[in-house]
Amino acid sequence: MAKHRGRGMASINYPIGMNLGGDPSQALVHSNPEGKFTVTLSAIDLGQGMKQVTRQIAAETLGVPISDVYVDTADSDTGPHDMGSFASRGTHRVGNAVMVAAKEARGVMMEAAAEELEVNAADLETDGRGNIHVKGAPLRAISVKDVAIAAQFRQGKTIAGRGIFLIPLSEVNAETGEMSPVSCYAHACLVADLEVDDETGEVTMLKMTSAYELGRAINPKMVEQQLVGGAWMGMSHALYETPEPYYPDIAHGPRDYNEYVMPGPGDICPHDIAVLERPAPDGPFGGKGPGEMCANPVLPAVANAIFNAVGVRIDELPITPEKVLRAIKAQGGARPQGAPAGRG
Amino acid sequence: MLEFRKEYFKDERDDHLNEVGQPRQRQDMLGHVTGRTRYFDDHAFEGLLHLKVLRSPHPHARLRSIDVSAAERSAGVKRVILAADVPVNKNTLLSLIGFGKDDEPLLAVDKVRYKGEPIVAVVAESEAAAYAALAKIRVNCEPLPAVLDVEEAIKPGAPVVNETYPANTFEYHEKYNHQKLRFGDVERAFASADFVLEERYQMSPIEHAPTETNGSIAAPETNDRFVVHTCTQALFFSLGTAAKLLDLPSNRLHFIGGTVGGGFGGKVDSLTEPLSILGAMLTGRPVRYVLGREEEMLYGCPRGAERHYIKDGVMRDGRVVARKVTSYFDAGAYTRLSSYGAVKCIAHLPGPYTIPNVHGDCYCVFTNRTPATAMRGFGITGVDFALEVQMDKLAHKVGMDPMEFRILNAYRDGDMKAHRREAHNCALIECVQVAAEKAGWPIRDEFRRMNSLTGGGGERAGIPATATDEVGRIGTGRPASTTPPRAPAMPIPSTPRVPQPVVAQPRMAPAPRPVMPTPPPPPPTAPLPREQTKPVAPGPQHGATRFSSVFGTRRR
Repeated sequence: MAKHRGRGMASINYPIGMNLGGDPSQALVHSNPEGKFTVTLSAIDLGQGMKQVTRQIAAETLGVPISDVYVDTADSDTGPHDMGSFASRGTHRVGNAVMVAAKEARGVMMEAAAEELEVNAADLETDGRGNIHVKGAPLRAISVKDVAIAAQFRQGKTIAGRGIFLIPLSEVNAETGEMSPVSCYAHACLVADLEVDDETGEVTMLKMTSAYELGRAINPKMVEQQLVGGAWMGMSHALYETPEPYYPDIAHGPRDYNEYVMPGPGDICPHDIAVLERPAPDGPFGGKGPGEMCANPVLPAVANAIFNAVGVRIDELPITPEKVLRAIKAQGGARPQGAPAGRG
Repeated sequence: MLEFRKEYFKDERDDHLNEVGQPRQRQDMLGHVTGRTRYFDDHAFEGLLHLKVLRSPHPHARLRSIDVSAAERSAGVKRVILAADVPVNKNTLLSLIGFGKDDEPLLAVDKVRYKGEPIVAVVAESEAAAYAALAKIRVNCEPLPAVLDVEEAIKPGAPVVNETYPANTFEYHEKYNHQKLRFGDVERAFASADFVLEERYQMSPIEHAPTETNGSIAAPETNDRFVVHTCTQALFFSLGTAAKLLDLPSNRLHFIGGTVGGGFGGKVDSLTEPLSILGAMLTGRPVRYVLGREEEMLYGCPRGAERHYIKDGVMRDGRVVARKVTSYFDAGAYTRLSSYGAVKCIAHLPGPYTIPNVHGDCYCVFTNRTPATAMRGFGITGVDFALEVQMDKLAHKVGMDPMEFRILNAYRDGDMKAHRREAHNCALIECVQVAAEKAGWPIRDEFRRMNSLTGGGGERAGIPATATDEVGRIGTGRPASTTPPRAPAMPIPSTPRVPQPVVAQPRMAPAPRPVMPTPPPPPPTAPLPREQTKPVAPGPQHGATRFSSVFGTRRR
């Protein structure tokens, strides 16, 4: 009886946005008379950071500091339509809608600034710190605040914009499945290191090492939060979770967290992550979305590592100690598949 | 530990932006960490009532009679709500965008189709009073045989779960009991492959397990409208669903949400809003309906179970030449979103690899269990598990390093995908290389030098001659096995590209030229995705029934 170390990997891609498209998002952006902006949406922040991602996209597009932008969501009386927060569509779809709205608002702001400075709007640029100046002549400048005051009280202009993003719905061919599912994909490869106890069937995660490609990382810290948390969920899916442990039997349903088994703080492991950014041609600043795909490579990588450790293939999720132990017994004992790659 | 590998794809980015790419603190962070963020249940209303539902104790039963007289007299009860009180008591979630037939009541009528299905709702002064009243309801029901396994459910003679779909399968294109994917000729490729491996994979349901359970509070406003505080993941989706079930103009509903205590896909189905609002309509008082933890876990719609059969043909040198996948999505008793997930699964095949022959059949099957719904990775998580374990087995079979095996088969820019669109913006190879490097997993130089930008396209961009079949036509009986016999071949028009050669086997005859005209450009609504800007040979056009072509079933 012994504990066996194993290592496995998996690589995946993931479609961004609702399959087939047809899932619009709208956004409104407007300035108050002091040049402070509000982005109005009906998109939902599930904790993934929808509000912050759209805030940074709006600030970047407007050319103003992040502190001058807040996002207001979700009130059906004021927020324009959005399909919903699912299908890894927030950054890509809502982000694009916010960009369109912010560009329109920026256009009005630059026109108003041009009128105040008596120059052509095309000759102006923002400095990202709350000022607008003539290109190449930083001293011929006006603050966004003064522009907004002028627009509101002298020029009678609304510094505001409307945005929508829609990928038109694709058809699906009944005979061949021909379709346009999505416009871009995120990618990942993950290595799982673990230990299998051949006496109990228990699997202990030791380490995860991964590379995720998710388009432009709009906010690197929020990317990290998604990837770390998502991989834990993947590990939980792989080894622990189901309300129907003997599917398709519906018995043994859990009633609370004592009965619905999930990993606790002592069960998670270090995760060493590399992020690659290949911008999506039609994403906001190239953004795709890490939200869903981060969990997916963990499940097969864990299953493959268990095979590497003890030589059994568990093809049914979740990979509970019972399944591992039964498989080891059926095989007549653990059969380690040789030293894990790179761990000779 | 997280590092950015900026050297990859650096020519495709401008890394000098002011706000994008900066690790700014979230605008809602302080509220979250100090416990002051307001969620739907943090809204206090004077005179708040509580709604609870009586759920079916059986997975399948006929309802003979329901006696609520004692419950109506029970202390604190303000209203008992029956199916007949629901203005439009039949819906399917995706009807909002025109997909599928209405197949699910808000409160059960005549029959219950899963254990836990709501039958009666009680609105009372407290949750305890509501529970006490529920215990006094007498339901006379006749248990019926239940079917719980997807492959059992599609056998002839299986109990009919949902009469809207009498064969226990969702109907695609008003024609087939599954969604097909056909690309090349897998049978021919299997015949000449060095190895063929066929395996079965299974994923059990998974609970979203959010900290905050599904719930909502609805209150009459003074202007003949209702305000609804909700944790929905899709504000207008839930508003539209409620408006339809309650037969209300959408502007009489004022939905407020946006901050959710964990969703993961489990808060799209609008489980509570319609009953909260109906309770407020019938009592004139604010009504709160929140699922308890047990309800959330057992009846709050999980990630659905999936079963996948994968048959692959692989050559000794590691090239996968054919992949055939038969998948069953367990929808539970009602469609919800499973019909969509199955099409997403078909679009995903054969995974991020360029395989010249691909054959997919994906079934959305009804069983007598809690309706499944979306969850993080919907349509993909289960099949990715199956595909990647299968890839590991294949690498083992041909004696190849699993990392190198992935790189060899990875899709690259310019390759044709099985759904007949050209790949671009690929980055699988680079992810494998970086993960291998970080993990100290040695791969050979030639595999370290490969990349997603080169080596694709050319012959890999062709669409092969493809035979189609009529297996699974609606009305011709249920499929008897997972490997249905091939029907008479019917060539499908292909693009005028070089036909995709099937590796290590004789070339096929050149495909005929397309017979369909180039489609008109889509309406100028938004930046077009690159895949759609490519000239493609379209399938048959459905004209005015454009939406219906997606799942093949118009709203009835």
